[in-house]
Amino acid sequence: MSSRPMIGYAHVTKSFGALKAVDDVSLDIAEGEFVAIVGGSGSGKTTLLRLANRLIEADGGTITVEGDDVRSVDPVALRRRIGYVFQSGGLFPHLSVADNIGITPKLLGVPAADIATRVDELLELVQLDRAAHRERLPDALSGGQRQRVGVARALAARPRIVLMDEPFGALDPLTRDALGDDFREMHRKLGLTTVMITHDMTEAILLADRIAVMRSGKLLAQGTPVELSKSSDAYVLELLRTPRRQVERLNALLPQSGAA
Amino acid sequence: MSLFTDPRWGEALAHLPDYLGNHVRVSLAALALGLIVSLPLAILTRNRPTPRAILLALASIVQTVPGLALLALFYPLLLLAASVTLAWFGVSFSAFGFLPAMLALALYSMLPVLRNGITGLNGIDPALIEAAKGVGMTAPQSLVMVELPLALPVMMAGIRTAAVWVIGTATLSTPIGQTSLGNYIFAGLQTQNWVFVLFGCFASALLALAVDQLLGLIESGLRRRSRVRAGLGAAGIAALVAATLVPTMGRSSQSYVVGAKTFAEQYVLSALMRDRLQAAGLSAVARSGLGSSVIFEALKAGDIDLYVDYSGTLWANQLHRTDIKPRAELLAELQTTLAKENITLLGELGFENAYALVIPKKRAEALGIRTIADLAAHASTLSIAGDYEFFSRPEWAALQKAYGLSFRAQRQMQPDFMYAAVASGEVDVIAGYTSDGLIAKYDLVALDDPRHAIPPYDAILLLAPKRAADERLQAALKPLLGKIDIATMREANLRAAGNDANSSPDAVAKWLWEKVGGR
Repeated sequence: MSSRPMIGYAHVTKSFGALKAVDDVSLDIAEGEFVAIVGGSGSGKTTLLRLANRLIEADGGTITVEGDDVRSVDPVALRRRIGYVFQSGGLFPHLSVADNIGITPKLLGVPAADIATRVDELLELVQLDRAAHRERLPDALSGGQRQRVGVARALAARPRIVLMDEPFGALDPLTRDALGDDFREMHRKLGLTTVMITHDMTEAILLADRIAVMRSGKLLAQGTPVELSKSSDAYVLELLRTPRRQVERLNALLPQSGAA
Repeated sequence: MSLFTDPRWGEALAHLPDYLGNHVRVSLAALALGLIVSLPLAILTRNRPTPRAILLALASIVQTVPGLALLALFYPLLLLAASVTLAWFGVSFSAFGFLPAMLALALYSMLPVLRNGITGLNGIDPALIEAAKGVGMTAPQSLVMVELPLALPVMMAGIRTAAVWVIGTATLSTPIGQTSLGNYIFAGLQTQNWVFVLFGCFASALLALAVDQLLGLIESGLRRRSRVRAGLGAAGIAALVAATLVPTMGRSSQSYVVGAKTFAEQYVLSALMRDRLQAAGLSAVARSGLGSSVIFEALKAGDIDLYVDYSGTLWANQLHRTDIKPRAELLAELQTTLAKENITLLGELGFENAYALVIPKKRAEALGIRTIADLAAHASTLSIAGDYEFFSRPEWAALQKAYGLSFRAQRQMQPDFMYAAVASGEVDVIAGYTSDGLIAKYDLVALDDPRHAIPPYDAILLLAPKRAADERLQAALKPLLGKIDIATMREANLRAAGNDANSSPDAVAKWLWEKVGGR
């Protein structure tokens, strides 16, 4: 099992017209790993993520999920066994919180009573008050609450893999911090394999075990934050320099705790 | 007598179950058919720009055809289709009434349903469609669980617009033989019965509002996922349909149907014939306001059983003849030709409703004019007015040729206004109708036509093929033949042109019967 990656990309390419969105990318993600894909807009990071559950079909190369070549798996069945957290939630506005969370189990034919129990478990897991939120429509929730529901929905069918598309990008810093920590804890507790897209290197360093850096469709570097800092690529080093500079400036501007 | 105590309200109310029931049935059937066709088309073309554009363009073109014309077009179209199915499969269907009205109205309802359906489906945030895919929905599941519910408010707005359009336009289905609330309006306009016109307008407006509100209830029920609301709305629509089915169930389908064209004389005569049949113990209904091209075909097909037409009209329109024969010869030839189609020409009523050149009696005496030949000598100093079609009809060409007529000026006028215009001297001569009551009212005279340039227009009673051997029917009608002379018909028409309770076609028909045979 350890030799076989949960998600494996081998020489994967995808073009949109003349644009090479993903250009010969190879990347293995092991079971239980939390990998962040970092890059600017147009770097191909979102395309790479969506190739894994066939929201986008690859032009070339091979992608495996839990050992299966994704081309040999029915895309609908594939998506039902992979959790997906959308940017800013992607909740269905006409469905209640409970119905949003229970949608994938419902599609899988799980009995309604079991879905109801599962929804309650998940609301507790993502720390939303059951009585207050269960029957609300998404419009009545704050941004952070919506994203918590989005996470709960992705976990509802007990997937082993969760894909996250800039899940915390649109949130205020406090909420973002809390939600990131909470998700990291869920990832550990549930033994998930998580791939998260972000443009924010700080977030990637704080949450992920391993970071993959994308630029213009190419995978520039991958590794733990420490490994990345030894990279010779100028863009990778520039990305790592930003959080460092922020820390230095913060330290200069804010009094250290206990220093007063 | 005030507007509110007018007995014609009661008369109008008596027709309501029949008119409203037919109106609701044809409107809802058309709307249902329109939805069954349009919604799948909207769904199928939502992601296909080219077919979508073509479809919307076609629907828009249909919308630009005036409602009355669209309804009228479906009648010959279906007649043709019926003759084809008869030739190929040995089965035929009625091209009259319900079917053409429903099809035309269904076509009319398509644009708002299509346009709003497509707009609603295309207006959904693409991220949500992506999310539907991402949580593991198949394309049909995404459509049913996400896209349709999200497009619902816009789609329902389209359906409600279509419902209001269809209910309003259904009032125009009267001339093609579909009974509707339009019967009030057509009859009212032709007999100057404003109570009927108002009643018809209010009734159809109220119906449109009620259906719109019920659909609104269904919509808000679906949107708020309240079964009670959606159920109430659906129950309301169902109750409306059920209520309209009650009067039809009690009615015998063996009734004789008396047809009438769209003018007052025809309304009076059809009421008279209906009364005669009922007096003879036969069940009969009048189907009035039929278009003059529709009514003959309806008789031929057996959709109506009898009506009154005019010899010259059939001569020109059905036999396509342009020559003119003396009265008796023309009638005899008409009778033989109609008999080939199994239509019985039962006989003449006794008067003619022909075009005639009409001038004030005093003026005629002063100028010494009795015939059109006398008029010809003065024509170059006189002006003439006619209805909208007269100057393009063969009669006008024949008149000019026979008498060498050449007027100083010619004008077109609304027929109701011509008589007053010639009486007041605004024009010198009009091309009026010989049986019009206004000739007597304004003391006018119809000039003789010694050279027989105008074909005879004897009022004749026609029976449908299936009634050719119906002796009870023929016996009931015989007392009318030859009894209604021109003076009597003019007086009846004058009464029908009045604006009070005694001027309703039913009242005038009773007066007419007392005058010609009821003594």
